Amino acid sequence: MKPITPAQSGTFESSDVIVLIEPMPKNSGRKIEISSTVMQQFGASFQQIVSDMLDQYDMTDIHLIAKDKGALEPTIKARLETAIKRSLGQQEGTL
Amino acid sequence: MLNSLGREIPEYIEGIGTLEPFQGALTKLRKGWMDEPTIPAPNKAYLPHQSKLCKTLEEAIIRSNPHNGMTVSFHHHLRNGDILLVQTLTILHNMGIRDITLASSSLNECHDPILPYLQDQTVTRIFSSGIRSELGKAISMGVLDTPVVIHSHGGRVRCIHTGKIQIDLAVIPASAADCEGNATGSHGKSAFGSIGYAVIDARYAKQVIVVTDNLVDFPCIPLSISQNFIDHVVLVDSIGDASRIATGTTRITNSPMDLRIAKLAADVIEHSGFFVPGFAFQVGAGGASLAVAKFIREKMKRSGLKGSFMLGGITSYCVDMLNEGLFETIFDVQSFDAVVSNSLLNNRHHIEIPAALYANPFNCGCITNKIDVVVLGALEIDVDFNVNVITGSEGRIRGASGGHSDTASGAKLTVVVCPSFRGRIPIIKKRVHTIVTPGETVHVLVTERGICVNPAFKELEANLRNAGLNIKNIRDLEIEVDKITGIPAPLEYTDKIVGIVEYRDGTIIDVIHQLREREV
Amino acid sequence: MKTFRNRRTMLYIPGNNPAMIQQGGIYGADSILLDLEDAVALNQKDAARTLVRNMIRVTDFYDAEVCVRINHLSTPFGLADLEEIVPLQPSALRYPKTESAEEVAELLAIIEKIEDKHHLPHDRMTLHAMIETAMGVQNVFSIASKFSRIDAITIGGQDLTADMNIVYTADGAGIDFARKRIVMAAKASHIDVIDTVFPDVNDEEGLRKETEYAKRIGFTGKAVINPRQIDVVHDVFSPTEEEIRKAYRIVKEFRTNSKAGIGVFAIDGKMVDAPIVARAEYLLRLANVIIE
Repeated sequence: MKPITPAQSGTFESSDVIVLIEPMPKNSGRKIEISSTVMQQFGASFQQIVSDMLDQYDMTDIHLIAKDKGALEPTIKARLETAIKRSLGQQEGTL
Repeated sequence: MLNSLGREIPEYIEGIGTLEPFQGALTKLRKGWMDEPTIPAPNKAYLPHQSKLCKTLEEAIIRSNPHNGMTVSFHHHLRNGDILLVQTLTILHNMGIRDITLASSSLNECHDPILPYLQDQTVTRIFSSGIRSELGKAISMGVLDTPVVIHSHGGRVRCIHTGKIQIDLAVIPASAADCEGNATGSHGKSAFGSIGYAVIDARYAKQVIVVTDNLVDFPCIPLSISQNFIDHVVLVDSIGDASRIATGTTRITNSPMDLRIAKLAADVIEHSGFFVPGFAFQVGAGGASLAVAKFIREKMKRSGLKGSFMLGGITSYCVDMLNEGLFETIFDVQSFDAVVSNSLLNNRHHIEIPAALYANPFNCGCITNKIDVVVLGALEIDVDFNVNVITGSEGRIRGASGGHSDTASGAKLTVVVCPSFRGRIPIIKKRVHTIVTPGETVHVLVTERGICVNPAFKELEANLRNAGLNIKNIRDLEIEVDKITGIPAPLEYTDKIVGIVEYRDGTIIDVIHQLREREV
Repeated sequence: MKTFRNRRTMLYIPGNNPAMIQQGGIYGADSILLDLEDAVALNQKDAARTLVRNMIRVTDFYDAEVCVRINHLSTPFGLADLEEIVPLQPSALRYPKTESAEEVAELLAIIEKIEDKHHLPHDRMTLHAMIETAMGVQNVFSIASKFSRIDAITIGGQDLTADMNIVYTADGAGIDFARKRIVMAAKASHIDVIDTVFPDVNDEEGLRKETEYAKRIGFTGKAVINPRQIDVVHDVFSPTEEEIRKAYRIVKEFRTNSKAGIGVFAIDGKMVDAPIVARAEYLLRLANVIIE
């Protein structure tokens, strides 16, 4: 699926993550930037969750930025899902 | 060689000497004496009416025979408001002195400005009970060739007695002092309360400078530090940032999580069998630990039970409990807020004590030996109840040994309070990164998700179960928490040792390796 | 279908706050209430719904009953909330601003349709009706009595005073009639009735007074907005040790006597009859005391 609009979800609060998605031109691929307060311990697992989620929605040309403050896995997945659905125009929210 | 907790300890480290592995909390004490010889304190002579006053700190330092390879000591009673440690090292650095051993009773964030002096080898060795912030980070990354030595408050006294730390120059900030160097922290605009950690430095340093921003008429009362040990006295504009030295009163946390843990801990204490008339009590000044005092205070008032003494780092909350008659006495080695200074000065049941009386294991009885109940925090705790209070989840040195192991070893009931995870990092581990306090001296862990009793203390566990408390096996809780957070990837270290952790008896309980930060 | 539950406290947790949701179960509240309604900003309703769904799936809330407050069906969010939350079957849904039995019937029809789609029974998840409008107060008995799925009603003080166009005052004057009417409707329907929140989290004395009042007039529990309020409310709603001992004696004696065919008897010189026994049994259930 192709994102049609920039979208954002989550907050900068502790135990939360903020996710930003920007549509990219066709064939430009995925550009993923993750920063986290627990990068050393959970960076790799975070990367994996993002790739799996983007695969699930079949999103190929996308710029995704995530700033994490120790969110648990269900939170990470919820914020990604919300940002993706907002970017696809399926849900409304901020930005 | 392995110590009794299974940690690999080298036999010898260049710049430190031979190491003795930890063999159990009380093993060395059972003998009844310390094998290591005690070095004599220096004897000095001053002429009648000779003046000790120096115009500047620099002048006092110049008079103190500064030299390469010297050891300089400080106390940390000014906490994060201290400015004199940085000033002193800057003066020494500007004089071209190198290869200094820094022996501060602890190091805080306010000492970060000395980092360049570590990098340019002005300072090459450090002894401290705690290291934080940028200094901790740089040391963890290997800025010093010689590992830092982390000691406990009681252990520091032993280090000085045995000559492991041989202080050439002690710089002692005081909030009031007279021309002879009689000094105290209990009054003056920069009052910080007890000066207990500096007493041993005054006694043993070859040269001692008292620095004050409040030179009072002779004699300065009380004689927390007495003139017969003081070489030089300096009057300066300020010894530190008063707003960071001591705030008015300590407030109990509002964090629901800390309060929850504290309430459970208070329930544990109440039903432990040690909540009895005349009990002796110590709590820390932070978060959940101090909040335990709030609940214990309520329980004492409800039941009419009165305790004997409170010990340690003293907050206004402890003073309130003293004034309400809940406890008879406070022994104060370190005061946390302005109200405490007043009480220390005016209440004869509020007694200032030196670190040796507080916690040194090698004497005829430190007061930690008489504690019934102590409540302590933790950065990590493992399934064997070993506690880490020195290295953080990211593997860096960022905490303090302080009186943790001293009080744990003395108390009949050591309660460790901490959340089961912080910022997605589980606090309960299969194995803590660094052991500061051995599990054999920890009785109970209290987290928001359950209470774990060290299986060595069966009667205690039975008492708590009978009271209907939510007791979990620590191994089960560890798994439960891992399920919530996920299992963190292990940190990576090099072979280089950047820190050694002394147990209070001088044996080595653990070492800290250089952190290898990888790209993710 | 009703099993006895202690609902002394219902802890509100904002549905878009992961830090608070993940710790929801640790405070010992009898119920926790994940809120998709007033605690969530209009432009975050979608985010909160997804977050609450994910968290309910994996979070252990220990002994707490898990409820979700959804948005009203007249908003653009109510139906989406139902579609996302009903399949998870929390213990209960809390429905805001309930005004009539017809409205509840309509809501239940939608819920049951979703349950059918997911092959779920109609009797597992219950419904809590929030009464927070003048109309709701007037219709409360039919709301409380007509539906077996409603096992608690609750009063929302702030919204009610707003609807009445009066100021919410700490003495509760404006909602006193509503409180008592709602309690009576609940008692007549044999369901729980839960009091509104006490907004000042720092006023422990005020909270205790208001909770004591709520208990005196018949509420079975109270909603709380901060974990720090839980202990006080539990303290008020829990029977004292003395009460428990006495209740235990009453029930024990009653069982012995009824075996012997005696209906009315005396303890400490006071007559014990069926209502007193019923009250004693209720206290023992509250205190989790079981008599074999």
